[in-house]
Amino acid sequence: MTAIYLDHAATTPMAKEVILAMTEAMTHVYGNASSIHTSGRAARKELDAARAALASSIQASPNEIIFTSGGTEADNMAIFGTAEARATEGKHIITTQIEHHAVLHACQQLEKQGFDVTYLPVDAQGVVSVEDVKNALRDDTILVTIMYGNNEVGSIQPIAEIGALLQEHPATFHTDAVQAYGMEELDVNALGVDLLSVSAHKINGPKGIGFLYQRQGTKLGNLLFGGSQEKKRRAGTENIPAALGFAKAVEVATQNRTENRKKYNSFKEILIKQFDEAKISYKVNGVRNGLPHVLNVSFAGTDVESFLINLDMAGVYVSSGSACTAGSIDPSHVLVAMFGEEAAELRSSVRFSFGQGLTEADILEAGKRTVAIVQRFVK
Amino acid sequence: MKETRDPSQIRVVIGMSGGVDSSVAAYLLKQQGYDVIGIFMKNWDDTDENGVCTATEDYEDVIAVCNQIGIPYYAVNFEKQYWDKVFSYFLEEYKAGRTPNPDVMCNKEIKFKAFLEHAMALGADYLATGHYAQVEVRDGEVKMLRGNDENKDQTYFLNQLTQAQLEKVMFPIGHLPKPEVRKIAEEAGLATAKKKDSTGICFIGERNFKEFLSEYLPAQPGNMETFDGEVKGTHDGLMYYTLGQRHGLGIGGDGEPWFVLGKDLERNVLYVGQGFHHDKLYSDALTAVKMSFTSDQPKPEKFSATAKFRYRQTDSPVEVEMRADGTALITFAEPQRAITPGQAVVLYDGDVCLGGGTIDEVIKNNEKLTYVG
Repeated sequence: MTAIYLDHAATTPMAKEVILAMTEAMTHVYGNASSIHTSGRAARKELDAARAALASSIQASPNEIIFTSGGTEADNMAIFGTAEARATEGKHIITTQIEHHAVLHACQQLEKQGFDVTYLPVDAQGVVSVEDVKNALRDDTILVTIMYGNNEVGSIQPIAEIGALLQEHPATFHTDAVQAYGMEELDVNALGVDLLSVSAHKINGPKGIGFLYQRQGTKLGNLLFGGSQEKKRRAGTENIPAALGFAKAVEVATQNRTENRKKYNSFKEILIKQFDEAKISYKVNGVRNGLPHVLNVSFAGTDVESFLINLDMAGVYVSSGSACTAGSIDPSHVLVAMFGEEAAELRSSVRFSFGQGLTEADILEAGKRTVAIVQRFVK
Repeated sequence: MKETRDPSQIRVVIGMSGGVDSSVAAYLLKQQGYDVIGIFMKNWDDTDENGVCTATEDYEDVIAVCNQIGIPYYAVNFEKQYWDKVFSYFLEEYKAGRTPNPDVMCNKEIKFKAFLEHAMALGADYLATGHYAQVEVRDGEVKMLRGNDENKDQTYFLNQLTQAQLEKVMFPIGHLPKPEVRKIAEEAGLATAKKKDSTGICFIGERNFKEFLSEYLPAQPGNMETFDGEVKGTHDGLMYYTLGQRHGLGIGGDGEPWFVLGKDLERNVLYVGQGFHHDKLYSDALTAVKMSFTSDQPKPEKFSATAKFRYRQTDSPVEVEMRADGTALITFAEPQRAITPGQAVVLYDGDVCLGGGTIDEVIKNNEKLTYVG
C-alpha cells in the first residue's frame, strides 16, 4: 500500500532543487563566513546572497534578517529578546491562546520571571479580535505577539489591522509566520510588524534553520553570546549550506505560490466532497478560507488516538493536536480555545495538511481510506 | 480455536510498559513472525513539579526497544478510565477500611477491557502482555495456567479474566523463568535488558505509600488498643494499616512483637496484640464477592480447590460453595492467618487458575469476624 503524507504542516520533504543547492554548497563552500581569507569571503558572498533573497521575500532589508536555528529560536529570541531589552519600560505582554508552544511556553517562562501576560481568546473560527487586542493594551505593554496563520486549524489572524492599531502604541509587534511563510504573501511594511519568525523546513527547505526579521531600530536582547556573527545579534558560525538551501526553498515556493494555493484549496474541496458523498458526520474546524494547505476536521464518533493509528496503518499520515510527553495525545490547546474544555471536537479531530508532490489522485485515495476508517468506527 | 494461520497473517498488539518483561514478550512475538504492534499505555499522570514524568522515560524505552525489534509503536492514554474504574475503587475501599488490590482491577477493567477493545479496533487478532501466566487450549476451551516461574506467577492478578478475554490473549513469556527473560533481553541487546523491575503499585511507584494516600484521603489519628481495651498508643489513620502487619506500630516493651489484629471504624480504633500467631489473626472460612471464573463451563455448587489469599502465597486446600447470589463461601482445610477483606482470593485446580473473587467477610467458627474490616 502506498503511503500518502498529509502532514506537511508538521514538516515537509526537501525540494530537489534545495538538495542540489545544499549538496553544491556542502561540496564547495566550506569556508567560515567570518574568516578574512579568500575561502571565508567566498562563503560570505554566498551567505549574503541568501540573506538578500530571504529579505526580499518579505520586503525587508538584508540587515533586518537574523539567521536562527529555526522557528522556535526565532520566536524565543523575539519574546525573550524584547522582554530583556524593554523590561524597564513595562512588564506586560499580549498574546493569544492559540499560539505555537514556542511562543506560549516562552511567555509562561516570562510570567515566572515577573512579567504579566494576557492570553487573548479566539472565536469559534480560531480568530482573535482586533477589538480584544485594543482593549488589552496598557501603557506598560511592551510586546504583542500574535501568530499569522495557525498551524492546527489554518485560521489567519488580522495581523495588518493589529499592526495599524499598534502604530499608535509603542509596543513591539511580533508575528510567528512559520506556518504561513511561503503560502501567504508577506510584506512586513504592509503588516506593520517589528519582528517576524519563519522556518525553512515547513517550505521544503532543510531542518535546523529559520530567521527572525527585526525591523531596523527595534530593540532586542540576545539569546546566544559568542562570536560577532549576525551583527552581534546571534553568535555561532553561520550554517551556510542550510542558508543556501533555505533561500532556494523560498525561491521555489514563491515561484509556485499561486499554483500551490489553487491546488491545495482544491484538495480541501476534494476531501470535503468525499466526506459529503460518503454521508459521514464531519465538521471543518476553523474557516475554510484560512491557510490553503491546512484542513482540520472532526469526525463524530471517532476517537482520535485510535483513529490516527488506524490512518497510519492505512498509510495516511496526518496528525492531531500536540504530542504529549509520553507520546499520547493531549487535547489541542487551539481546539480548547475555539470550542471549550469539554467539546467533542477535542477527541475526534485530525489535521490534513498538503504540500509539494501531492496529486489529486493521492488526495482521492487518502479520502477514500479515511472514509473507510470513519465508517468502521461509527458502525 | 487452534490457530492455523501463518503468524505473519496474525496481528498481535502487545502492551508495552517499558520494562524488560514486555520488551522480551514483544521480541519473542516478532521472532515468531507475527505482525506485532507495540502500544504503551499511559494510565497515570505522575508529572512532578519539575515536569518530570516517569511515563515519559518508560515510553522512551518502549521506543528504543520497538526500533531495535523493528515494530511500529504508539501510545494511548487511559488516564480517565483508570481514574474512574481503578483509582476511585481503590480510594473507596480504603475509606471502607479494606485493603484493595488495584492491580486486579487494572487487569480486569483497563488492560484486558479498555485496552483489549482498543487493540481489536486496530484489527488485532490477539492482545499480548508480559505477564507471567500461560494460556493453553484444553477440553475445547482456553485455560489460564500459572506462569512457569513459581516466584513470578501473576495469575493471582489475572483471576478476573473471562473465557472471552482469554481467547484473545497471549502471554509470550509465561513459560520462561525470569532469569531466562533477562538473558534473552541481554542477548538481543534490548535497551531494557538491565532495567530494574518496577515495584509496588503503578501509580504510587517508588513513593512513600503513606504520603501518597494522605494526599487523597484525610487521615484521622486514633487509639491503638488491645481487645481488653488497654490503650497502647496512637495510630496515624486506620487506612495505613493492614491485618497482620508488624512494622510501624512503635509499641515497645517486653514479650513478643506487636501486630495489627483488626480495626473498629466507628470508634477509629486499631486493635493490636502480641505474637505472630495471635489467635485473633486466624480464621477458618471467608465469603467472596465478585466471583469470576475463567471457564464458561457450568460449575458444581460445591467443589474442592486450592487457594491463594494473597500474592506469592503457597496454595492452601479449600472447599468452595457457590451461593445463589453469586457469592462464594470458601472453607479452609487449615486455619489461615490474616485473611484481609478487599484482597483477592484466587482458586486453582493444579496448574489451572479457575478464577477468583474479592474477600468480603472473614469467618471463624461459623461467625463473621467483625473486627477485620
